Amino acid sequence: MSALTGEDAPPQAPRQHYLNVTYGVRSWLLTLDHKRIGLLYLASITVFFLLGGMFAVMIRAELVTPAGDLLQAETYNKMFTMHGLVMVFFFLIPSIPAALGNFLIPLMIGARDLAFPRLNLLSWYVFIVGGLFTLFAVVQGGVDTGWTFYTPYSSTYSNSAVAATAVGVFITGFSSVLTGLNFIVTIHKMRAPGLTWFRLPLFVWAHYATSLIMVLGTPVLTAAVVLVALEHLLGIGIFDPKLGGDPVLFQHLFWFYSHPAVYIMILPSMGVVSEVISCFSRKRIFGYKVIAFSSLAIAVLGFLVWGHHMFVSGQSVYAGMIFSFLSFFVAIPSAIKVFNWTATLYKGSISYDTPMMYAMGFIGLFTIGGLTGLFLASLAVDVHVHDTYFVVAHFHYIMVGGALMGYMAAIHFWWPKISGRMYPEGWGRFSALVIFIGFNLTFFPQFILGYLGMPRRYHAYPDEFQVLNVMSTAGATILGVGYLIPLIYLIWSMRYGPRAGSNPWKAKGLEWETTSPPPTENFLTTPLVTEEAYAYAAPDVEEQEGARVG
Amino acid sequence: MSQNETHVLPLKIYLLIFAVLLVMTGVTVQVAYVDLGFMNTVVALGIACFKASLVVLYFMHLRYSSSLPKLFWVAGLLWLAMLITFAMSDYLTRQWIEQPQGWARNRGISIEQVAKQ
Repeated sequence: MSALTGEDAPPQAPRQHYLNVTYGVRSWLLTLDHKRIGLLYLASITVFFLLGGMFAVMIRAELVTPAGDLLQAETYNKMFTMHGLVMVFFFLIPSIPAALGNFLIPLMIGARDLAFPRLNLLSWYVFIVGGLFTLFAVVQGGVDTGWTFYTPYSSTYSNSAVAATAVGVFITGFSSVLTGLNFIVTIHKMRAPGLTWFRLPLFVWAHYATSLIMVLGTPVLTAAVVLVALEHLLGIGIFDPKLGGDPVLFQHLFWFYSHPAVYIMILPSMGVVSEVISCFSRKRIFGYKVIAFSSLAIAVLGFLVWGHHMFVSGQSVYAGMIFSFLSFFVAIPSAIKVFNWTATLYKGSISYDTPMMYAMGFIGLFTIGGLTGLFLASLAVDVHVHDTYFVVAHFHYIMVGGALMGYMAAIHFWWPKISGRMYPEGWGRFSALVIFIGFNLTFFPQFILGYLGMPRRYHAYPDEFQVLNVMSTAGATILGVGYLIPLIYLIWSMRYGPRAGSNPWKAKGLEWETTSPPPTENFLTTPLVTEEAYAYAAPDVEEQEGARVG
Repeated sequence: MSQNETHVLPLKIYLLIFAVLLVMTGVTVQVAYVDLGFMNTVVALGIACFKASLVVLYFMHLRYSSSLPKLFWVAGLLWLAMLITFAMSDYLTRQWIEQPQGWARNRGISIEQVAKQ
């Protein structure tokens, strides 16, 4: 364990905290405590993550050999559809916001709970009901449209359990809106005295931007799903050309939400990275306001780029030009963040604890993912690589290399606060390394495959692509092991890990000023904020740093 | 904050708004039978936005709220405008590029001649 976590006297857990204040299933299922609801989300999304991972295992197993021998084409279609659906709607979108945002936002702003605790619990139940509908679709035989539900696959020519899945996605959308609304009102109205907007942790800014996307974007996806149902049930011509509709309209409506949804996944991770980089460099974050505003800029610009998914769909080339131009624009706030994190590291007192390793992984992988996004945003290049493994590799670098790395960093960084105990640091660093290696081995070959012309969404491929595909599957196996290790040691540490104490990282932020685990009401007295976020130059830290240098 | 919670409107206003909503519904139906070309959709959406705004302003008390909820109402309308504007950037410019006529006609020979060759 690093010097940062070492303490003289062994820390004690508080006598009563949110985990032991009441017991029993009922006390969890009817809880209004944002911390317990966060843990309900954490458990549910972990189940969905394992489920989505199992679908990915089937995909990678099929692609070991060029022939379509393990799965039939139809089954393979269902596997990649269910993988995408479960991972996007039931893991990535709720991952950091609903689990960790729920847990941390009231703690970070010095509030006792979110603004609407009952709405918060309702959002979890809505999420579960939506998830059950989707699982029901799996039992019904699965769905094969791709997670994008493009018409006419999902309408005129649907031949699988599209209806149940669509209902599941429709319902889950409401959960997302409720969470977003709750966060917005909480951040506006419930900040502790002295906690001005520009003293907020960047994690909170990132979640504010995320919540805006959730509230403003999700209704459009809901409407699109309803329109598909209306066309199907009442024969109103919306997407079917035979009835006077336009199938491309569905893609417009779908991506109006689903492109910003990518930012729902990545923005919270960016917030996490800001916290972690600053803490483990023992430095104030570089360019606080610019990072805060770049989150908002990403949230707004992210709504104006959706057409870059549709360059080869029959969309007007003039619209394509506008969307291409705006897509290049969205790279600016993303780059600002990356440069500011790097500048924060400069002359910092850096320690490589597990959360920091994940955060460093995030910066590198997100940069690769972002830059390859610019290839795809270029009209002409996109024609060549559209619907190839290049796209698959690109968005996995963002969603797994970016969003999931941030999620893992967050879980490790705040695990002491959540559970009151430390995880085994050696195993943590080891698994971070395993995940980083496994991830790159899985997805880097896919850039090459895609550039060479291997299309996505086929269960068979020409022989010359086999070596790269075997590499990819080998990487996926390593990646899978990398995710299982933390699952095991985190569960282990809940009972056997050493006590963490209220602030094991000597981090700044209100959440570290209360006990670990926190009491149900978070703070026994309302905290008063008198300094900016990330004030790591405080005398006690300087002293410690001086001692380490000496 | 407290002034929002204590604001009570006379029943008369609610009934009036309800009547306006009913009338506008009737107008929507009637306008649908008049051929206005592409303006049919514009008018229908305009009436729908007007009605939704009445509900939000009076039934949901936005008119008597502080400026923050109003800002979110404006943002909602702005986002709808963004959706329509950028989607229309596709639909309105699709005709700008001349549709390919086929190489045969460009060379002044008909399809039948090509078939003979």
